Amino acid sequence: MSQTVFAPWNDPDVKPLIQFKNVTKRFGDFIAIDNQSFDIYAQEFFALLGPSGCGKTTMMRMLAGFEKPTEGTILLAGQDIAPIPPNKRAVNMMFQSYALFPHLSVWDNIAFGLKRDRMATDAIAARVEEMLKLTRLEKFAKRKPHQISGGQRQRVALARSLAKAPKLLLLDEPLGALDAKLRQDTQFELMDIQEKTGTTFVIVTHDQEEAMTVASRVAVMDHGRIIQADTPARIYEMPNCVYVADFIGDVTIIEGRATKSGDGYDIAYAEGQPTLRATTDKSFENGQTCHLAIRPEKVTITAERPEGAANAVQGKILDIAYLGNLSTYHVELPTGQIIKSQIANTRRLSRRNFTWEDTVWLSWTETAGVLLEG
Amino acid sequence: MRRFALIAVPYFWLLALFLVPFLIVLKISLSDIALAIPPYTPTLDFSAGWEGFKAFLGALDLENFEFLTTDDLYWKAYLSSLQIAFIATVATLIVGYPIAYGMANAPDHWRPTLMMLVILPFWTSFLIRVYAWVGILSTEGYLNQFLLGIGVISEPLTILNTNTAVYIGIVYTYLPFMILPIYSALERLDASLLEAAEDLGCSRITAFWLVTVPLSKNGIIAGCFLVFIPTIGEFVIPSLLGGSKTLMIGKVLWEEFFNNRDWPVASAVAVILLLILIIPIILFQRNEQKQREADG
Ligand SMILES: Nc1ncnc2c1ncn2[C@@H]1O[C@H](COP(=O)(O)OP(=O)(O)O)[C@@H](O)[C@H]1O
Ligand SMILES: [Mg+2]
Repeated sequence: MSQTVFAPWNDPDVKPLIQFKNVTKRFGDFIAIDNQSFDIYAQEFFALLGPSGCGKTTMMRMLAGFEKPTEGTILLAGQDIAPIPPNKRAVNMMFQSYALFPHLSVWDNIAFGLKRDRMATDAIAARVEEMLKLTRLEKFAKRKPHQISGGQRQRVALARSLAKAPKLLLLDEPLGALDAKLRQDTQFELMDIQEKTGTTFVIVTHDQEEAMTVASRVAVMDHGRIIQADTPARIYEMPNCVYVADFIGDVTIIEGRATKSGDGYDIAYAEGQPTLRATTDKSFENGQTCHLAIRPEKVTITAERPEGAANAVQGKILDIAYLGNLSTYHVELPTGQIIKSQIANTRRLSRRNFTWEDTVWLSWTETAGVLLEG
Repeated sequence: MRRFALIAVPYFWLLALFLVPFLIVLKISLSDIALAIPPYTPTLDFSAGWEGFKAFLGALDLENFEFLTTDDLYWKAYLSSLQIAFIATVATLIVGYPIAYGMANAPDHWRPTLMMLVILPFWTSFLIRVYAWVGILSTEGYLNQFLLGIGVISEPLTILNTNTAVYIGIVYTYLPFMILPIYSALERLDASLLEAAEDLGCSRITAFWLVTVPLSKNGIIAGCFLVFIPTIGEFVIPSLLGGSKTLMIGKVLWEEFFNNRDWPVASAVAVILLLILIIPIILFQRNEQKQREADG
């Protein structure tokens, strides 16, 4: 059975909805966005992920029209948007602070944008009702923003920005203020709404789990640059540099020198220790500095040396992080290198095999680690 | 007990500084004019005991209030005061709002300086500042000299001793009372609300009317009352800058007291003025209360 996968970025015939072309944004001498070119496709759920201050909001504000690129152009459906003021763009933004109008009821907040378009009164009412239903806010229509909870406010902000059926919806850290449970529910709600409305979403977040959950593609940013933009699975499994590997999820990074051998590389990571093995489609020169990134869940922990493992090292358990469903073991090798191993807690706590100070073997396959350039 | 003491202090304060003087004025307004010191009768004679007190009460009557209705000077003065106060309040709002708006949108490091400039006039005597306007507005004053000098006018303008001069004086004097509450409302305004309004299709001007103005409404109301209430009873400005045709109740009151030495009628005028002021004062308090509830 074949299922059509949503991957317009792989199809050269599809025209992107948004194109950044060598966009640079400076504030005085400070470079907030550094010569970026990338595309976002219609109906995508595109996530911008990065630490605070890396330029995520600036990127959104340029799309919304509150900032102009210092250099370069941004095209929306093939048209340069620089001369179009924010109130004339088919783009709506859900603000980080929600920016709900405190003097207007929930109903009037949602209707605000529609009224500006001089729609007929009953058409406005119908659209507002539709939005209230979509965001399950019917009961709160008459309340003022200060009379509803944080989660409801967030839904009002979403409904308000969706009401005008924009081509592009910008969400700036939309779930930042919510607690974990509500956050998760809302993430699924967002994905649901995105699917129902077919709107293109660009979401900003500094929470990698959130980006991975909701997005069709994730762009990992640092210092005004997109380091890697790819599907969540590829970002996780095939990071293109140490920064991305380190930023997304838990990872052990081992620095060493690569030497070609067979169809992979031997990695010498410490004096007098046996080399590690990894395969990769990148090519390294002999003796080139490299980093091996290994996800903890791909490292097996055993009491005895495992038979035939491509990589096996012995160490002492330094720390155990109990996460409920999972436990992460921090194992220290004699060289001082710490490797993390994560295993599912299928047994009860009292019957767990390993404890602090135990000497254990860690093993992983040739393909488990990702070999990255220095 | 401590709670009681805490509450008792402000109540005692109000009693001593507001209620007691008011009762004295009320009592005088019910008395009759007399050629004596003090210039009214009856006065309470404690040595006469209970009988004396009854006689004292018996001598009080509403004659002065009836008198106020017989002469149309009084109700005309009240009405004219309300009208002048209203027009002056609107004028102060028109001048004050843009200043407050400019201050709230000025760079952060400028704001304390601008704030000081607004408050600065309070550090000099009110009387001197109003007198200064006499020098500016008179026929040979600086304003006329300047306008004649640059050739805008060929005849000096008559501004002093007209209602225009009174309006100028009131706007000038009460401007800070208008600016400060509006400024504090505008300063708290979240700039992202204006961006949200623009994002949803408003032009800058519509965003101003639909977001900035409603959200500074409480500041506007507070500012208007702070100007309107004291302006109704204003005396110094109309007597220094106004003309013979400027009719304000504060001036009438002063003349009753000091020119006619008719304390009972003057007191009756004051009591009615107070009753008129109670309405806007209550409205003002309710606005403040609403504001506090919205903030809290
Ligand atoms: N209006 C501005 N003036 C000067 N610097 C700014 C302005 N807006 C953003 N910056 C700077 O640009 C950088 C990126 O900001 P921002 O896009 O808000 O980051 P993020 O949303 O990723 O946390 C920050 O270092 C910030 O200080
Ligand atoms: Mg931000």
